[in-house]
Amino acid sequence: MYSKEVLKKLFTDMTLIRFSEESLVEPILNGAIKCPVHLYSGQEAIAAGIGAALTENDSVYGTHRSHGHYLAMGGSLREMIAEIFGKSTGCSGGRGGSMHLYAPEKGFQGAAPIVGGTISLAVGAALAHSIRKDGNVAVSYFGDGAVGEGVLYESINLAAVKKLPIIFVCENNLYSTHLHINEIRQNDEIYKIAEPFGATGIRVDGNNVLEMHEVALKAVDQCKNGNGPVFIEAMTYRMRGHVGPDDNIQGSHTDIRPQSEIDAWRKKDPIESFKHYLLDNDVITEHDMDVIEQEIMDKIKAAFDFSNNSKLTPATELGKYVYSD
Amino acid sequence: MSTVIRELQYSLAINEAFHQLMASDPSVFLIGQGVKSPWYVGRTAEKLIEKFGEERVIDTPVSENGVTGAAVGAAIAGMRPIVVHPRVDFMIYAFDPIINQAANWHYMSGGNANVPVVIWGIVNRGGEQAAQHAQNLHAVFNHIPGLKVVMPSTPYDAKGLMVAAVKDNNPVMFIDDRWLYGEKADVPEEMYSVPLGKGIIRKRGKDVTVVAVSYMAHLAHQAANSLSESGIDVEMIDLRTVKPLDTELIFNSVRKTGRLVVADGGWKTGGFAGDIISLITENCFESLKQAPVRITLPDIPAPASSDMEKAYYPDVNSIISTIKKVIQK
Repeated sequence: MYSKEVLKKLFTDMTLIRFSEESLVEPILNGAIKCPVHLYSGQEAIAAGIGAALTENDSVYGTHRSHGHYLAMGGSLREMIAEIFGKSTGCSGGRGGSMHLYAPEKGFQGAAPIVGGTISLAVGAALAHSIRKDGNVAVSYFGDGAVGEGVLYESINLAAVKKLPIIFVCENNLYSTHLHINEIRQNDEIYKIAEPFGATGIRVDGNNVLEMHEVALKAVDQCKNGNGPVFIEAMTYRMRGHVGPDDNIQGSHTDIRPQSEIDAWRKKDPIESFKHYLLDNDVITEHDMDVIEQEIMDKIKAAFDFSNNSKLTPATELGKYVYSD
Repeated sequence: MSTVIRELQYSLAINEAFHQLMASDPSVFLIGQGVKSPWYVGRTAEKLIEKFGEERVIDTPVSENGVTGAAVGAAIAGMRPIVVHPRVDFMIYAFDPIINQAANWHYMSGGNANVPVVIWGIVNRGGEQAAQHAQNLHAVFNHIPGLKVVMPSTPYDAKGLMVAAVKDNNPVMFIDDRWLYGEKADVPEEMYSVPLGKGIIRKRGKDVTVVAVSYMAHLAHQAANSLSESGIDVEMIDLRTVKPLDTELIFNSVRKTGRLVVADGGWKTGGFAGDIISLITENCFESLKQAPVRITLPDIPAPASSDMEKAYYPDVNSIISTIKKVIQK
């Protein structure tokens, strides 16, 4: 049983992620947001559960769908919103958009959309932690689609051979863009790919934040004790499309997944079930939840105001940051 | 302080750079295939493991993509890795971490992160090794914004450019040629940098400008010296760095000589030589007395068999005859 403080943090982080994601739906549909946005709604328990097990000295790498990973590490909400709108005050100065979030001061080293592309970078962060013997860990988030990329296997092997402090987190939401997992793999138990390399592989309910947090704490411990890497397969489902609120074409309502499947997973909403847990166990009251939710809504409104009051990154800055001084 | 200068072979000059860099900065490490092999990557990694241990001299599985990505990730995390690819051809597996990640990362992050990694690829041409053991791909890397590309031709530059590359806050492609590894010349014992982006005039002259890098600079320098005997006064420029390019050095020379020959170890089409000639026609057109000329590999994969191989690679004689033709026009 976790402290009230931890439980409240898990609830707050998940709610922050959900509300932030949902606040983007309308501006995507009305065209105010133009860059591709991959919403994390439905997968919040993974980022929140793992994020709460880490510190700003750890190194987290994300993907195209990383708003949740970034926010769970404490990345600035207003800088994320501004980035999505292409503003100079965004977390990558308008050069990245939704798929390139950075908060290195919070331990979020970065997100990038080449599928599997950041996995080896996270291994490199783990290598740096290992050489420096600083006791920190790296986390690599990727989706089930990345399991088709060869670099994943190179990375698990290298990390295992060198016993690096890294947690590979495969967020298995069952769909590699439009293809169901059964269409891209003969064996859908992804966590089993780790063991042949000498790494620990675990499958966990990615919609259960307590389970996620528990597994994350153990994995961090294992890595810190020199027994890394750990491979976690978190089973989950996205409540929105691959890109945008629905599917591949923003706003065109083209979600190709069966309605019965979507409905079944809606009943497993990670936030709703955690709310029940918190109320049933008298951790916090409904009033407390309302207050937290209102604070988050206010924060989101302030973030949109911040973005609205910021300027687009000027064309005169086009060539800035190609090289570092 | 007196500077000790002694003769050192090219590969040992690189080795000395590593010893000095690793001794002076704990964030520097070497990773890649063969660093603990008996060959020690052409002796460049000699005695590094003994001195710095396997934690900083890391031999790896044959996983170019994963290992290069790990070096890039370690650089983003504040280390200064050198990742070695004993054959450039195998580095093609690592195009994602080099081009998508390392080259773009500083820009994509709005300056939030630096990528001080050195990606070192050795060109292994010749020796009947054929098309997958011989490629020279600097033109590809030259095309990519965010990368720097160095190609030293002398032991002095090999050491100084390696030091500069490791100390630079950007991803640097360090591309050298195994044919240079046995070349000996004076190298200062102390640690020094050769600035990135600065070429050097190896021989001053007034008749024709010859521009080259790496092994072709080595050959072109010999050609230039030999042509002096027949009264042709070549100005020979060794660029040392391909990107960023020392454009002023080339422009000033061509404005003086009015003639340009570019000798490049890569292919002709879409190549480095053509790029230099484009810059000259854009910037020095009125100074040109005649059309610039390229000496390159033909647009053909590297062959194995010896007669074909001989025809494939330019040598001192072919450079000399090309320069003579330019002068006689």
